[in-house]
Amino acid sequence: MLPSSPQVEKARVKDLNFYYGSVHILKNISLTIGEKQVTAVIGPSGCGKTTYLRCFNRMHDLYPGNRYEGEVILHPDYVNILSPTVDPIEIRMRISMVFQKPNPFPKSIFENVAYGLRVRGWTDRAVLDEKVEQALRRAVLWEEVKDRLTHPALTLSGGQQQRLCIARALATEPEILLFDEPTSALDPTATARIEELILDLKTQVTIIIVTHNMQQAARVSDFTAFLYLGELVEFNKTDKMFTAPSNRLTEDYITGRFG
Amino acid sequence: MKPSPDGSGGCPRGAHSSRVARERAIEWALLFAALTSVAVTVGIAGVLVYESLPFFRHVSLAEFLTDPQWTPLFSEAHYGILPLVAGTLVTTAVALLMALPVGTITAIYLSECATLVVRETVKPLLELLTAVPTVVFGYFALLFVTPFLQLIWADLPGFNMLSAGLVIGVMIIPYVSSLSEDAMRAVPMDIREGSYAMGATRMQTALRVVVPSALSGIAAAYALGISRAIGETMVVAIAAGMQPTLTWNPLEPAETITAYIVQVSLGDLPHGSIGYQSIFAAGLTLLLMTLLFNVAGYLLRKGFWKAY
Repeated sequence: MLPSSPQVEKARVKDLNFYYGSVHILKNISLTIGEKQVTAVIGPSGCGKTTYLRCFNRMHDLYPGNRYEGEVILHPDYVNILSPTVDPIEIRMRISMVFQKPNPFPKSIFENVAYGLRVRGWTDRAVLDEKVEQALRRAVLWEEVKDRLTHPALTLSGGQQQRLCIARALATEPEILLFDEPTSALDPTATARIEELILDLKTQVTIIIVTHNMQQAARVSDFTAFLYLGELVEFNKTDKMFTAPSNRLTEDYITGRFG
Repeated sequence: MKPSPDGSGGCPRGAHSSRVARERAIEWALLFAALTSVAVTVGIAGVLVYESLPFFRHVSLAEFLTDPQWTPLFSEAHYGILPLVAGTLVTTAVALLMALPVGTITAIYLSECATLVVRETVKPLLELLTAVPTVVFGYFALLFVTPFLQLIWADLPGFNMLSAGLVIGVMIIPYVSSLSEDAMRAVPMDIREGSYAMGATRMQTALRVVVPSALSGIAAAYALGISRAIGETMVVAIAAGMQPTLTWNPLEPAETITAYIVQVSLGDLPHGSIGYQSIFAAGLTLLLMTLLFNVAGYLLRKGFWKAY
């Protein structure tokens, strides 16, 4: 039985506020991300859940006019991810991301998975071969692609492309894996495979997943955060959240009364 | 609503048929417009072939392709196209060595590094270069670039291919950079984000992901640049000299195919003389050369084509 807050912390979010220009998007969010657990972020469209996720790897730095306030402390070294003195590239070396739409590069299957390693300066073919195979195996894609590693990644199906993107994210052995609605562009079969994969992976890596699909949150996550209009309404163990939510708004949302 | 038996979906019959007629008329107009440029191209090719035929009855293809001299207007005439082809290839090569790297780097800078203000200022300024008449570039090459180069190579002749090639290079930079930049900017943002999310720097993202993704568009930009360089006339006529000598050395003067055509067209050659016919043979050669480069570019593009 899990306690209502994770025991082993991987990251702690303290009073996170996010502004796009003068628009206040995320408001005073505080919660704890448990080590090697799946934390789901749910909420209606426009509630800020993707914005929230993209704070973890500083993706907002790519666009002008964005401002963070507050802290996201990454364990074990207590680095504040949001600090302006912390290089976002350092952060992205430790925290990988899988996007809403599969976005493989127009390169071969092999080179897609090797991308993060090459960016980090790995050139030894034997090491690359080994790490690419390992990542593809972890993403349960190896058997399907091992005979055509040199084929363009864009020849794969949508579900395979998304698993390729997961392999790409895994190849560099990140500490946290961010999933931004990873199955919203996939059919039910491919979705089921990705969900299975997430359950497999959580023994190895800390996962945060944004999803608009509440059943998905219930199936894959240990903890769930419910965001509404940029505020954290409730954060709790997933089984508690979906059986006995403590907040009326949460109950209305998960029972489908709005959203 | 139940569809009416005439299949017009309940609209009055007259309205339906007039709509169909209008659609047809528009289609035909579009087809006509599309065929115009095809017809002109085929027409030009046809005229070149037709007018070259008498030339090739007089000069064998072997002589045309192998004789190292081109002196069709001399009493002891030689009809070897090689000196002109060499002049064309050397000036083009110099121009491309200048334009392709500079144009590509400019495009990468404008697309991936420059702020909006810089891009919106620099790009129109660069495109303004295409508005400068080529004759101005020609005199610029002859009267400014050549004297400048003579400071480095003291014995550089007043007419030389290096100067002409460099100036053509500058002239076609905007064609290369503008089209390449358009292609790079068309690369979807989520591909870039995928790269950044892996910890890539801006330069790694630009060179490893954006450029390969935009390769088909960049190849098209290169193909246009190459065609412009091969076909450029004024600059080479003014600055490269008009002596058809067979040389691959850019520091020497030479004549290009285009410069020869200008030279002969300006003289008063009798219609039907061998000199007159030689223009068409030279023009046909030029057309085949650009065609060759375009086909090569097309094949490259097809090889690199990536659909999103």
